[in-house]
Amino acid sequence: MYTTEMSKNPQLNKGAAAESPELVAAFEARVANDEFIEPKDWMPEAYRKTLVRQISQHAHSEIVGMLPEGNWITRAPSLRRKAVLLAKVQDEGGHGLYLYSAAETLGTSRDEMFEALHSGKAKYSTIFNYPTLTWADIGAIGWLVDGAAIMNQVPLQRTSFGPYARAMVRVCKEESFHQRQGFEIMMNLSAGTVDQKAMAQDALNRWWWPSIMMFGPPDDNSPNTAQSVRWRIKRETNDELRQKFVDVTVPQAESIGLTVPDADLKWNEARGHYDYGAIDWEEFWAVVKGEGPVAKERVKARTDAWEKGAWVREAALAHAAKQASRRQKDAAHG
Amino acid sequence: MANDPRPNEWPLWEVFIRAKHGLSHRHAGSVHAPDGDIALRHARDTYTRRMEGVSIWVIRSSDIVASDPGAAGPTFEPAESKVYRHPTFYIVPDHIKHI
Repeated sequence: MYTTEMSKNPQLNKGAAAESPELVAAFEARVANDEFIEPKDWMPEAYRKTLVRQISQHAHSEIVGMLPEGNWITRAPSLRRKAVLLAKVQDEGGHGLYLYSAAETLGTSRDEMFEALHSGKAKYSTIFNYPTLTWADIGAIGWLVDGAAIMNQVPLQRTSFGPYARAMVRVCKEESFHQRQGFEIMMNLSAGTVDQKAMAQDALNRWWWPSIMMFGPPDDNSPNTAQSVRWRIKRETNDELRQKFVDVTVPQAESIGLTVPDADLKWNEARGHYDYGAIDWEEFWAVVKGEGPVAKERVKARTDAWEKGAWVREAALAHAAKQASRRQKDAAHG
Repeated sequence: MANDPRPNEWPLWEVFIRAKHGLSHRHAGSVHAPDGDIALRHARDTYTRRMEGVSIWVIRSSDIVASDPGAAGPTFEPAESKVYRHPTFYIVPDHIKHI
């Protein structure tokens, strides 16, 4: 992406041996000066590796995130809701593509990233290892999961790696409809019958904690955060973003008559923020390790789609090769 | 492609989009596709879902020749040192108009 054919990048063939202190210092000065780093610029291998990991995880999350919502396309309660959900799920596929392209500029092919996802080597956001049991879950996902994603992605528009930042600009532009359509679903259910409101509350109860876990482990237990902040890959820490999310979301829940499932939640006048209860990090790490309720189902759905589509990809390549050789023959005879 | 390092993967294409008539095409991103026709379709589905364009160009990424960012200094230096290429280099008295 961004005019970068990686086979033409000399740095990739040299490896870490070429990391002189002068090059590292010049790189760090550029980053500290808020300059964008572009794919063919010199960068430390650790910076490249961190970015490949982060961007590919982000891309995997977009496309795995299509699965829990895709589950409800055929059962959306009206044609309007179905059209909206289809458009949203299509957007997520597009977001995955932008992100895979950005990661590819670092010298890892999309197919290699897919392999890492399918083999379980690469991770994706833990949130998608929870099931979507009712229609209200589609509302909760848009409102909370996309809301948390936006909170995370807005500062990434200024991340130091140019292709990642540009992908984030596109994603953020498109994402706000996702959050609003989710909130609208929750708002309508909350204003509906007793059963509908209960369904909305149940969805909030199940999605609240996983959503605030989306920001990742607390700062004092997040080994990569300091380096990532220094390299301006991350612009804000996990806890800062989590606090922001809680602060904006709690009043939204209250305004539609829903209760955030946290007995310790209360406004702290002195801090100017909400205090919230302890997060169950053991559950988080278990889900990271693939023990989420539907983790196996998600990876299987992904792998099946990839394997069952193989013949289409191969046939298209064979067709393109045949057309190209026919054109060559015609040119030779012409 | 005979010398493609990953012959079983769909190659990469760069996508350029004209936002509206009167503007030039601008780089939007990239897609994977086996040929130009499918690259165009993927570009349409990926980059113009919200009326972002009226025309799309696609080109194989490997066909783009790019300047070397490591040589940006010497490559663009002549532009910096030749200030007489800019109108403000020339002093014209205030009472001279329309110049």
